[in-house]
Amino acid sequence: MSEIKQIKNLKDFSTSADRFEGANLLCPGCAHSIIVREVLNATNNDLVLAASTGCLEVCTAVYPYTSWDASWIHIGFENSSTAIAGAETMYKALKTKGRLKQPDRNPKFVAFGGDGASYDIGFQWISGCMERNHDMMYVVLDNEVYANTGGQRSSSTPIGSSATTSPAGSISYGEKQNKKDMMGIMAAHHIPYAAQVAPNKWKDMVKKIQRGFATEGAVFINAVSPCTTEWKFDPKDTMMITDLATDSLVFPLYEVIDGREFNITYRPKNVVPVEEYLAAQGRFKHLFKDEYKYLIKEWQERVDAQWAYLQRREEAKV
Amino acid sequence: MAFNKMNLKDIEVWDGNHAAAQALRQAQVDVVAAYPITPSTPIVEGYAKFKANNYVEGEFVMVESEHAAMSGCIGAAAAGGRVATATSSQGFALMVETLYQASGMRLPVVLNVVNRALAAPLNVNGDHSDMYLGRDSGWIQVDAYSPQEAYDLNLMAFRISEDHDIRLPVMVHQDGFMTSHTAQGVHTLSDDAAYNFVGEYKPMNDMLDFEHPVTHGVQTEEDWHFEHKARQHNDLMLKAPPKIEEVFTAFEKLTGRKYNQVESYDMEDAEVCVFCMGTSVETAREVASEMREKGIKAGVVGLRVVRPFPFVQVAEALKNTKAVAILDRSSPNGAAGAMFNEVAGALYNTGIRTLLSGYIYGLGGRDLTKAHLVALFNELQANVNAGKITTQLQQFIGVRGPKLSYL
Repeated sequence: MSEIKQIKNLKDFSTSADRFEGANLLCPGCAHSIIVREVLNATNNDLVLAASTGCLEVCTAVYPYTSWDASWIHIGFENSSTAIAGAETMYKALKTKGRLKQPDRNPKFVAFGGDGASYDIGFQWISGCMERNHDMMYVVLDNEVYANTGGQRSSSTPIGSSATTSPAGSISYGEKQNKKDMMGIMAAHHIPYAAQVAPNKWKDMVKKIQRGFATEGAVFINAVSPCTTEWKFDPKDTMMITDLATDSLVFPLYEVIDGREFNITYRPKNVVPVEEYLAAQGRFKHLFKDEYKYLIKEWQERVDAQWAYLQRREEAKV
Repeated sequence: MAFNKMNLKDIEVWDGNHAAAQALRQAQVDVVAAYPITPSTPIVEGYAKFKANNYVEGEFVMVESEHAAMSGCIGAAAAGGRVATATSSQGFALMVETLYQASGMRLPVVLNVVNRALAAPLNVNGDHSDMYLGRDSGWIQVDAYSPQEAYDLNLMAFRISEDHDIRLPVMVHQDGFMTSHTAQGVHTLSDDAAYNFVGEYKPMNDMLDFEHPVTHGVQTEEDWHFEHKARQHNDLMLKAPPKIEEVFTAFEKLTGRKYNQVESYDMEDAEVCVFCMGTSVETAREVASEMREKGIKAGVVGLRVVRPFPFVQVAEALKNTKAVAILDRSSPNGAAGAMFNEVAGALYNTGIRTLLSGYIYGLGGRDLTKAHLVALFNELQANVNAGKITTQLQQFIGVRGPKLSYL
């Protein structure tokens, strides 16, 4: 068990030894870098990291530069989970054989992937890693779109969002399918810990990440990552949009322990209407036409129903 | 808990799969991440059994696909330790994306490819279609013709792959079923002798050295990509061949068993020659000696090192021939045979003007019979007598229906 790093305020974060450098090519206002720093800075332990092909990867390891001051690997789009599982397995083997160079260390193994890499193309690889219960953490940087390739829909893209492969048009309101319940699927693996986090609620997030690091076995984290480019909002508004996501309950914050114990970890004092969350983003602009306003109403009903369901689960302790 | 060693007899009766599994055990591989597929499954089953009975100390992970198997191997190799796995056919095809990543990241991995046909139609038997699928992937590829060679080449593969001047993954091929499931006598090394030959793993750019963090698998565009690829090719062309020779020589010193990048049999005075790979080499050798009794100066050349292709040695082996049949156990699908093209390329700018003809055979495990080879040697002799190719350049042999020939 590693020592839990004390983080009482944002200053504690900012004074952490930064293992993810500000020198990267991510868009101004991109939430990825905020999430990654919140994950990395939550521990003083050594880290072994992986990233799937995507924004984070192409913006942080452009030869001959690297933004990573911890060992890091990228293989492909679908397999950052298995890459880190392989490294973790090697760690176990070398530990057994007494061949670790620094045997007194207690490294943590973390893989990052976007929602395209996680909900879609890398789904099977993550499921395999979770089922085998590798001692690792998988973090989804969930911006609900293939951002790196220019805004195509993924199975995380919500209904009504205009993406380049499900564009809003004269006879279309954009994406037709509901967002995949990745948290539900991952929790159904009965892994020791699964949690949904948001970078604006940093105290909640750091608590969950630290719990994840202290957990032996597979940990799944789904982090909402508002995308200034594809969600179409001003780069200065990233945290405001994230606030709307969590406070409208479009993106509820909760955790599932061993697939059975369910805790809601954030209850907004003032719940914001979904309409406000949608109105702040260009990707939903067309929903405010008269003919599509019913979709906003339906969305609110879905969010209410899901929130009621989550609360019932918590109350029933299931 | 210390692991147990095995007391092997000097000669064990092993099939190719078991021979490979035993070599992985003796090399004390740190991580095997694998997925089952016919006909390579018994390699990883054998390894799992060794693990279950405390004959290996390393980790064995049964993953959910071949792509994940190689992905896990890459992560494990980058972490810094000895890594191996096995696959065949469709599984190998699924792995192809990651093959390029393993070699491009210069990570040592030993992959047993038990050769099998590629669907459609689905087929579990041996041919070389899958082998050819890997030939441009930047790996070193060696071909075993027998269980003995599968055992020997696995041990040698680690030493080649992990050498700090090489740092390239190595595939050890054997023919599905014909080698993998055919038990033969295999001369063994003791566990200690085998491990001493392979040597201790020496990490390089290992992710688990926390004092020296490394970044693996970077992005390069038109500014640097070419340099990386050129350097990899350079090392395959210039560094790998002498290292392979060095390891072959060290192995011969230890065991008396001699390996060559190109294997020549009865080639000293051969006028007609069959050039092939895998189990066909042994059949061809037997027929060649029978042809010699009939007065035909027949010989056989087997390709041992498929990549890096031994351009010079191939030309050298064929320089005194008058006619050569190049056998491809893979559908050419709209071209001359893959091996035919390679051999033709090796000879073109030399003074060697032997008559080359190509034969497509044995797809999906179809037998190559001695009768096929007798007819083939006779055709070669007819070519020699006529001073030209008397058939079409490409012929299918052993296939039903009217004769198929092209070019």
